[in-house]
Amino acid sequence: MTDIATRLLGRIGRGYRVVGPFSLVLVALVLAAIFAPWLAPNDPNSQNLLGRLKPPGTEARGILYLLGSDELGRDLLSRIIYGARVSLSVALLSVVLSGVVGTTLGMAAGYLRGWTEAVIMRLADIFLSIPAILLAIITVAVLGPGFVNVILVLALTRWPRYARVAYGQTLSVANMPYVRLARAMGASWPRVLLRHILPNIIAAMAVIATLEFGLMVLFEAGLSFLGLGVQPPTPSWGATLSVGRNYVTSAWWIATFPGICLFLLVLSVNLIGDRLSEYLNPKSR
Amino acid sequence: MTEPTLQITGLQVQVGPHKVIDGVDITVQPGQIVALVGESGSGKSLTALSVMGLLGGKLRHAGGTISLSGKQVDHTTEAAMRALRGQQVSMIFQEPVASLNPLLSVGAQVGESLVAHGKADARTAWSRAIDMLRDVGIPEPEKRARQLPSQLSGGMCQRVMIASALIARPELLIADEPTTALDVTIQAQILELMRQLRERTGTAILFITHDLGVVAALADRVCVMYGGRIVEQADVDDLFDAPAHPYTRMLLATIPRLDSPRKKPLFSIPGTVPDHDDWPQGCRFRTRCPLASDHCLQSPPLEPKAPGHLAACWHSDQVAGMIDHDR
Repeated sequence: MTDIATRLLGRIGRGYRVVGPFSLVLVALVLAAIFAPWLAPNDPNSQNLLGRLKPPGTEARGILYLLGSDELGRDLLSRIIYGARVSLSVALLSVVLSGVVGTTLGMAAGYLRGWTEAVIMRLADIFLSIPAILLAIITVAVLGPGFVNVILVLALTRWPRYARVAYGQTLSVANMPYVRLARAMGASWPRVLLRHILPNIIAAMAVIATLEFGLMVLFEAGLSFLGLGVQPPTPSWGATLSVGRNYVTSAWWIATFPGICLFLLVLSVNLIGDRLSEYLNPKSR
Repeated sequence: MTEPTLQITGLQVQVGPHKVIDGVDITVQPGQIVALVGESGSGKSLTALSVMGLLGGKLRHAGGTISLSGKQVDHTTEAAMRALRGQQVSMIFQEPVASLNPLLSVGAQVGESLVAHGKADARTAWSRAIDMLRDVGIPEPEKRARQLPSQLSGGMCQRVMIASALIARPELLIADEPTTALDVTIQAQILELMRQLRERTGTAILFITHDLGVVAALADRVCVMYGGRIVEQADVDDLFDAPAHPYTRMLLATIPRLDSPRKKPLFSIPGTVPDHDDWPQGCRFRTRCPLASDHCLQSPPLEPKAPGHLAACWHSDQVAGMIDHDR
């Protein structure tokens, strides 16, 4: 008995030992994004053509480049700190938008069934069968690039994921005796959905949203890398990576530091997501 | 005479081309407890769900009328049905724990039908819910109301479900095997509670069960269902004393008796209920009935055999002597 308890505690403890430091990484990045104007040592957009491509730790014209400077002599550290704002806000807003849209449609399909189900779920299949990057390029070509459009593109490509999970969850929850009782008590279908089904599927949706968040960070970086995302001079990790690619032999730091940040952010979000799904799924506990 | 609380006439329910309920008539008078008895698959629960307008999936209402207190129920519009549910007619189910939303406090769920129908705001509903919890015998209702279903026992959850069904003072409560998942002592308590609530509020109850012991303890009148039809209908004492349908007689014979000889095998009805797409022509119990004759190829009508005692059998007069050798 105690043996099992210790092993169980050990397992939970092990999980936290891994997740703990990485959640600190996430917190640090979020704080950096929020307090960017106070934390960044320099203006991320002020150019200094005499201080171009300086390696980390050098000083030029009274500015200390802790992580070096880019091809226009802008402080890389400041650009990374401001870039966290773009990455996190794009990821957060697109997750919220696609999550709300996808969950709503998925729940409607799973509860109302019939033609609503057919239309919504086949639409989701169609969206899932189009390569995301192609859809993104077409959308940006039509709408033009920019912060809001990146969010729209991401929401447009990712809602089917939520819709499918919400659909499956709703199907199983809708057959639960408590939903039947709520209907027998005279609850209307919006009330059944919002009060009795949504709270019981929200945990699953939260897990999907966390895992999607990491994916959205990468997606935004990818779009910016291709020049389809946030437009210069707004600092973005993806765009900085893209520039750094040209200088990777002469100025390795331009691509390396945003890459490390991207890596740490996505890894920590994914680890937290895994942990969350383990925690919320009684079978794996 | 007052209008019956529930009058079902010629109810038919279909799955595709098959009739799973085939002409059911049930009348429940105000304050009466009517038991609906039968094996699994005989159509008891479907009859109840038809009254609630909650037939789902491929099931559809194919004929017959349902009237509540003299007013015919309009099954075609969901809005009209919804207005009745929880207000005029409520339903409780088996699996009391699973029938409560695991994430909502018990008090909120008891008040649900008041809030869902806009009869009360959340605060009023909450205090009414606490009163109702007290009425169904839950100790410390203020404390319990804030708890989640998982913090309550099965019997408590059934009391909570009864409270939520009766909070709007419906004229009819449909109870679909409410005590099946409970152990016998709790079962007795719940039955006693339902009897008390009937005395106090005058709510009529349509009680669905396959447990004849429960029927004897609770019901005023009994309807026996087989194969989607009512085969016998009588006051509870008449039915137990002088069953007029072989199926009822055999059901009664399946109850183990303390005074039967030791090591004698328990009685069971041979065979199983046929599927609804495979019912025999004529009397549907024909294939399992020891009294069956060629006459049974024609459907027997449900007709009076004694005052207030209806049965659908050509051989009612032979029922009394059919299993006497083992009693």
